[in-house]
Amino acid sequence: MLELTPKKLSDRSTLRINPIKTCQPVGAMYAALGVHQCMPHSHGSQGCCSFHRMFLTRHFKDPAIASSSSFTEGASVFGGGSNLKTAIKNIFDIYDPEIIAVHTTCLSETIGDDLSGYIQDAKVPEGKLVVHTNTPSYVGSHITGYYNMISGFIKYLSESTGEKNGKLALFPGFVNPGDMREMKRLMKLMGTEFIMLPDTSGVLDAPMTGNYTMYPKGGTTIADIRDLGNCEMSLGLGELTSEFAADTLEKKCKVPYKTLPLPIGVENTDAFIMALNQFSKNEVPYEIEEERGQLMDILLDSHQYTHNKTVAIFGDPDTVLGMAQIALEMGMIPKYMVTGTPGAAFDRKAAALLEKFGVEGCTAKQAGDLFELHQWIKNDPVDLLIGGTHGKQVARAEDIPLVRVGFPIIDRYVHSYLPIVGYKGAIRLAELILNALMDRQDRDCEDEDLEMVM
Amino acid sequence: MKNDAAILPERAQSIRFSECSGDGIKCESASVSGAVSQRACVYCGARVVLNPITDAFHLVHGPIGCASYTWDIRGSLSSDEEGYRNSYSTDLRETDVIFGGEKKLVAAIDEIMASHAPKVIFIYATCIVGVIGDDIDAVCRNAEAKYGIRVIPVKSPGFSGTKKTGYKMACNAIMSLITPAVLPEKTCGVNILGDFNLAGEMWIIKNYLRRIGVEVVANITGDAKVEDLKQAPSAQLNLVQCAGSMTYLAKQMEEAFLIPFIKVSFFGVTDTSDSLMRIAYAVGDKEVIQRAKAFIEEEKNRVIPLLNKYKKNLEGKKAAIYVGGGFKAISLIRQFNEFGMNTVMVGTQTGSKDDYEVISHLVDEDAVILDDANPAELEAFMKEMGADILVGGVKERPLAYKLGVAFCDHNHERKHPLAGYEGTLNFASEINLSMNSPVWEIIGGINNV
Ligand code: SF4
Ligand code: SF4
Repeated sequence: MLELTPKKLSDRSTLRINPIKTCQPVGAMYAALGVHQCMPHSHGSQGCCSFHRMFLTRHFKDPAIASSSSFTEGASVFGGGSNLKTAIKNIFDIYDPEIIAVHTTCLSETIGDDLSGYIQDAKVPEGKLVVHTNTPSYVGSHITGYYNMISGFIKYLSESTGEKNGKLALFPGFVNPGDMREMKRLMKLMGTEFIMLPDTSGVLDAPMTGNYTMYPKGGTTIADIRDLGNCEMSLGLGELTSEFAADTLEKKCKVPYKTLPLPIGVENTDAFIMALNQFSKNEVPYEIEEERGQLMDILLDSHQYTHNKTVAIFGDPDTVLGMAQIALEMGMIPKYMVTGTPGAAFDRKAAALLEKFGVEGCTAKQAGDLFELHQWIKNDPVDLLIGGTHGKQVARAEDIPLVRVGFPIIDRYVHSYLPIVGYKGAIRLAELILNALMDRQDRDCEDEDLEMVM
Repeated sequence: MKNDAAILPERAQSIRFSECSGDGIKCESASVSGAVSQRACVYCGARVVLNPITDAFHLVHGPIGCASYTWDIRGSLSSDEEGYRNSYSTDLRETDVIFGGEKKLVAAIDEIMASHAPKVIFIYATCIVGVIGDDIDAVCRNAEAKYGIRVIPVKSPGFSGTKKTGYKMACNAIMSLITPAVLPEKTCGVNILGDFNLAGEMWIIKNYLRRIGVEVVANITGDAKVEDLKQAPSAQLNLVQCAGSMTYLAKQMEEAFLIPFIKVSFFGVTDTSDSLMRIAYAVGDKEVIQRAKAFIEEEKNRVIPLLNKYKKNLEGKKAAIYVGGGFKAISLIRQFNEFGMNTVMVGTQTGSKDDYEVISHLVDEDAVILDDANPAELEAFMKEMGADILVGGVKERPLAYKLGVAFCDHNHERKHPLAGYEGTLNFASEINLSMNSPVWEIIGGINNV
């Protein structure tokens, strides 16, 4: 496996090998699925839409719906205006969503389709809505597409009526439905009234009922998206993912915002809980304190198994930073941190994190890829890999255990249902990491060293 | 027409019930704008055909998405080379879109050549490459001259047709790769066209052919290597398996290399046995015919008693099919017939008129036939027809499970080889497993307990 990866690093400035990112529309589609009764719509060729749905389906093991403008040769020459018009009509006629969320593709961007114009001209049935965002895939990554779509909803729909609603607007970052559930649970425990956008819980982790519904129960409602404009403040979790949306809301509706890292690990979760505490002025309930205490207990009990272990973390920028935080809290060394998503802020945040913990000799890279990470590992190995499914080739080639965290995970089940955020999420991560390391120790040790009690 | 509510008016002609006659089904056309279609694109079609060439480099020229979705997703197995399991792309950025991506493509090829020694590089040009005006033909020509290897353009913008168009592009690329300066002497071997070695199926078929005394010259394209492919023109016969993707290539090879072809299928006991006999007769060697007869006899005796064990569980159950090509759908219907099952719904993404003709003769009168269906239609008809199992691809799996219908992947994610005699056993075992899993017993709601 992967014997084509040479140990020797070469200058590779144009060729991308084994990416740690994908294109904007997939993020936009995911965000749109987190709105109740919403049909994500891909304005481009059929293939993109099919690929994106397949990609999401593989990760969530749940149907991901979306429609396509189905460009043909003609549209690529004369523009996709009439395709979009027909699409809007057909979608409302047959699939009957409350709202259509259009995102573009490379093709419609390159031919310069004017989406705002098309949508204004389209016949939209009374009471129904069409919004859009631009998601050229040659800019950013799926993370960019995700926050672009959230901002699209805000731009079209959020309004400030002048009367505050006393709620916190929460942008959860690019996380699984299981994480969104956990964030909501913590906010409820803290007595915080909130509106969260998007909310894919109850959509992409919808229960089996024996019926297929295109629009499951979950998702942020349109009324709530409108009401975002009346929130007291907004909180963006995942600084590199959520700031753009929070900023859009501030610009449009004067809702001040604050951003925090994804609440992965102790300190990051503390920061989230403290922000909720400041917002709602409610005491932290015992239930949360208890969870935190349990986490402390676990980290103490097990620290000798993680201490000084080296780890390579790859994936989406905020997830990688969060995972690096918890790794450091567990005494591990995040030797390599790589994200495919471009943006120098990642490098700065990673450097700051290392400095905070006084750890040296680690490498962080934005706009990197798995091929290069593999080369680094060949030159200087690590004890553990943390990231999505695509790391399994490297894991096998170098015989390193892989803890699956992030997006996409297309070769395992259950991951999207359970959180990695909050104290509960940290407990789950601790278990995953410890099991991986300790299973490895059991596998590799001599017979006489096999310990029954660890 | 039943179930009007779930059908777009424009789609009505793409759905029919087996009893209605007339012009048949509307197919081989672009999807309707706004439909939640399951259909893939030209690039996808080209890539799935060429990807199994294990020692080729596959470089996607375009933005990152197209490359990342097709990274090592098809379960085509390799006997040694693993290069094709990497994802190479030019990851075009905004400046490239404005100023053109040619330079980047040239540099990417240089970077591949700097650290590897590929015999062939396929350059896939996706949607925007034509629009931004890159002359990839020129880039490929120059690279060939510079490095003395084959650099073959595969112009496959998604909008330029359906997945089928992509198959054609791939076939053209293969022709470009294997066309020799002078036609070689014919050997007595055959080529296998249209098997992608999913779960090792190519190996099973090659083994059968070896057993009956037929030599295989080139696998196109499962577990193929460039050097073997180049021998293909010396074969005396082409066996065409995935007819949808490969008939076009077979016709070209017939014309250019004077190789006749026959269509074969290795799904199901009947199809496998028929195909082996037809191959033996086509090769025309008495000993081969003898050996084929004996081999089929032996295998049937081994497999049919085992199949009959499953038959008890399967008989009378209702199957729904939604697959890529018409040919596969036809094979599946026959297999379900062998199991005593009834096919109540058949859909394909790219089936042709001829395919649908055959299908309508194979299924019961009230069976539903769909072209390029969307999830709403699949749901509506699976429910209405009371299907017990759906055979489909990745996007259909969760749909089936949400409906509480069993599922079998007959696409890239198939878990076991489904071709040949052992494949038939695997298939029976898999659908039996899925339909009779204890999970169906416990999924009722708490209020139904
Ligand atoms: S990169 Fe562009 S063309 Fe490719 S799948 Fe994404 S949007 Fe479509
Ligand atoms: S339709 Fe075009 S852009 Fe989309 S996946 Fe296919 S080739 Fe790529």
